[in-house]
Amino acid sequence: MRAYVIGRLLLMIPTLVGVAILTFVIMRAVPGDIVALRYAGSSVPESVIEQERHILGLDKPMWAQFVDWMSSIAHGDLGQSLWTGHSVVEEVGIRLPLSLELAVLATLFAVAIAIPLGVIAAVKQDTWVDYVIRVFSIGGLAMPSFWIGIMMVLVTLTVWGWAPPLVFTPIFEDPVANLLTLVLPAVSVGYRYSAVSMRMTRSTVLEVLREDYVRTARAKGLRETLVVVRHALRNALLPVVTVISLEFAFLIGGLVVTEQVFNLNGIGKLLVDAVAHRDYTLIQALVLLLATVFVLVNFVVDMVYVALDPRIRYS
Amino acid sequence: MPRFHIALALAVALVAAACAGQAKPATSGAPSVVTGGEKPQPGGTLTFVVNAEPPSFDGHRETTFALLHPIAPHYSLLYKFDPSDLTKVIPDAAADMPQVSADKLTVTVKLRTDVKFHDGTPMTSDDVVATYNKIIFPPQGVLSPRAGAYAVVEKIDAPDKATVTFKLKYPSASFQTNLASPWNFIYSAAKLKGDIHFYEKNVMGTGPFTYVSNTKGQDWIGKKNPDYFGKDKDGTKLPYLDGYKALIITDANAEVTAIRSKQAAIEFRGFTPQQRDDLSRALPNDLAIQEAPWICVNYITPNTKKKPFDDVRVRQALNLAIDRWAGSEALQKITIVKDVGGLMRPKGPFAQSDEALQKIQGFGKDGKAAKEQAKKLLADAGVPNLSFKFLNRNITTPYEPIAVYLIDQWKQVGITATHDVKETSAYLGDQRAGNFDVTLDFNCDFLDEPDLQLAKFWSASKAGKGLNFAYYDDDKLDGMIDAQSRETDPGKRLKIVADIEKYAMEEKAYQWPVLWWYRIIPYLSTVRGWKIGSNHYTNQDLTTVWLTKK
Repeated sequence: MRAYVIGRLLLMIPTLVGVAILTFVIMRAVPGDIVALRYAGSSVPESVIEQERHILGLDKPMWAQFVDWMSSIAHGDLGQSLWTGHSVVEEVGIRLPLSLELAVLATLFAVAIAIPLGVIAAVKQDTWVDYVIRVFSIGGLAMPSFWIGIMMVLVTLTVWGWAPPLVFTPIFEDPVANLLTLVLPAVSVGYRYSAVSMRMTRSTVLEVLREDYVRTARAKGLRETLVVVRHALRNALLPVVTVISLEFAFLIGGLVVTEQVFNLNGIGKLLVDAVAHRDYTLIQALVLLLATVFVLVNFVVDMVYVALDPRIRYS
Repeated sequence: MPRFHIALALAVALVAAACAGQAKPATSGAPSVVTGGEKPQPGGTLTFVVNAEPPSFDGHRETTFALLHPIAPHYSLLYKFDPSDLTKVIPDAAADMPQVSADKLTVTVKLRTDVKFHDGTPMTSDDVVATYNKIIFPPQGVLSPRAGAYAVVEKIDAPDKATVTFKLKYPSASFQTNLASPWNFIYSAAKLKGDIHFYEKNVMGTGPFTYVSNTKGQDWIGKKNPDYFGKDKDGTKLPYLDGYKALIITDANAEVTAIRSKQAAIEFRGFTPQQRDDLSRALPNDLAIQEAPWICVNYITPNTKKKPFDDVRVRQALNLAIDRWAGSEALQKITIVKDVGGLMRPKGPFAQSDEALQKIQGFGKDGKAAKEQAKKLLADAGVPNLSFKFLNRNITTPYEPIAVYLIDQWKQVGITATHDVKETSAYLGDQRAGNFDVTLDFNCDFLDEPDLQLAKFWSASKAGKGLNFAYYDDDKLDGMIDAQSRETDPGKRLKIVADIEKYAMEEKAYQWPVLWWYRIIPYLSTVRGWKIGSNHYTNQDLTTVWLTKK
């Protein structure tokens, strides 16, 4: 097991290096120029543009830029944003707490409704209860979370003249203001997220409920609640955990539109702004960060499998 | 009744906008306050929206309004535009209007002696000289995009602690007004000496508000500077506000939500007609609106290096096909454009009258006849069924509706234009590489000034490099632009500018404006003392802004 864990951790290095190379090359293949963008619409002479490109090191050959970047990373320096001149660590550090908190809240909301409703739908298969839950979950899949967010804001604005605070307050500073800012985005994102998990829970529980050991448990006279919760649900959770974990990783950097709708200063918005500005250093650092999150989440999920299913052993 | 209020505010704004004229010098430094007879009430914090984030904090280096709106309140300028009459330049940190020598080659500026930086050090001529040297003669490694606007300056001296002189190479028509450029924040000579890049990441000025904090991507906070030198005409110390908070909100819906939910009182750049109407409906009793013509415009720019756009007849046909007057009627209802104009802002100090403008090809009111003429020119040029890609930017307001209108107009003379919409960075890349047939270009300025508005018309391989995307070289046009810049007689300058418009838009048909933008600011009526101008760069130091206790 230890050898497996060490092996998995070491394998992360080439994976992340591959991501770094791909990101570096792809971003430079995309047309556009941060300097031209910075002075767009202004009567700025070409000499200033060329001077700024030189200062930012963008006039160097691509291989030289790559060597500079990798060398900085090897020294633990993710560099400076080409757009703001501030360190990438500072730029990310401001946004990461919000994105993490939103991802956690959305996940909690999603899990809190997806697993109970998924199990109920499976147990009450083909009854009106099942149909209502399925319609509810299909609704979550069909409606984009940002649209749900816009509708929520419109309703609260029209009915109560209230909208979530547009400035994020850290939870330790003012928990109420913090929750008021994040509750609607967490619900709008969590609903879609729960729909995926709900359908997965329903189908896996249905599958497990037909297994021999479940029939045996019932034959022994166990109460239905015990059969479902202790024998069926635990075994049905493996794929559900995978879906939930990958969705969680996605939420950290993938809520671009939702963040814009609610004016949340998160990682997704930062990444899109960085791409729009062609802020190479920041894009590269953010993609590396998100790739690291995905790789780590996958690793943790594999470890959770062992805890959930005693038959699984890594060697 | 609410409708009456809105209509009244609109009427006042329109009258004010219509009165906008040439920037003219004033003799008094104290700004009067736009109160409508009310006495300004001190106190309160103004929360406003900025829909982009400043890249760095250095006004000398950047060109975006996103820097000016949150950061300008921390700084003073030598001169600024009067908040109550935005056509008039008044002294800011200067003690009086500049004195010009008889040969028009020396401009002397006397400074106030009561101006202090936020760290308590007094501002002297050393600071002004260091500031303007950084702007006009930037040292190696320092970027100054507006250095070219001061190419006329030979050197800057400080004969004493309260006097600065600018020695000019030749008499300039625009130099004095350019001293009111909103970007020319006065910096501390000591800070610049310690680190010439200090102001890229730090704030330390002499303005009405001191720096409190900035959360990147979220907000910018300033508080009242108790040592600010400014006073209003009644002798009351400025600013009136206790502080301000700029919220960075980039999504258009979220901007409207911010005003509608009263989390912000105003956004200073501008909203669309639909956003204005939405807010008017939602806040019938709490909203005021100001509107004004805007010194921003889109140009249709054919790439003269590509066939058939090297043929003047084809370019003239492209221009003649467009009925701007009908376009104005249609587009002003849905986007932020309105007035038909030439190269200078319509109704501005350098604009031709509508009658004179209509005599220029493509600007007449008989759209049908112009289209017939366009068809004939295309046939003569051998391209009756011309087709090309029309490069545009992926920004809805106002680029998309303008492009849709143009494509339809061209279709009516047999031209097929394919809308080639690209993300801003790629769009700019294609423009700079000349990788397009025809593009929708754009320009915004802080001042009605031919030197600024004609910057895109210099020869592409000379002063117009990186600006002129029509990619022509024309020594005659360069000579005309240079001549107007040196002409200090206003009447003669106006004539040269009119000749340039005729030559560049008709005779050579290099590039043409579509419609000039129109600025719409709906805001909470608790905000007082702020008046809309014809640009979104000036009048942002918030000295005279105040909030009613309503």
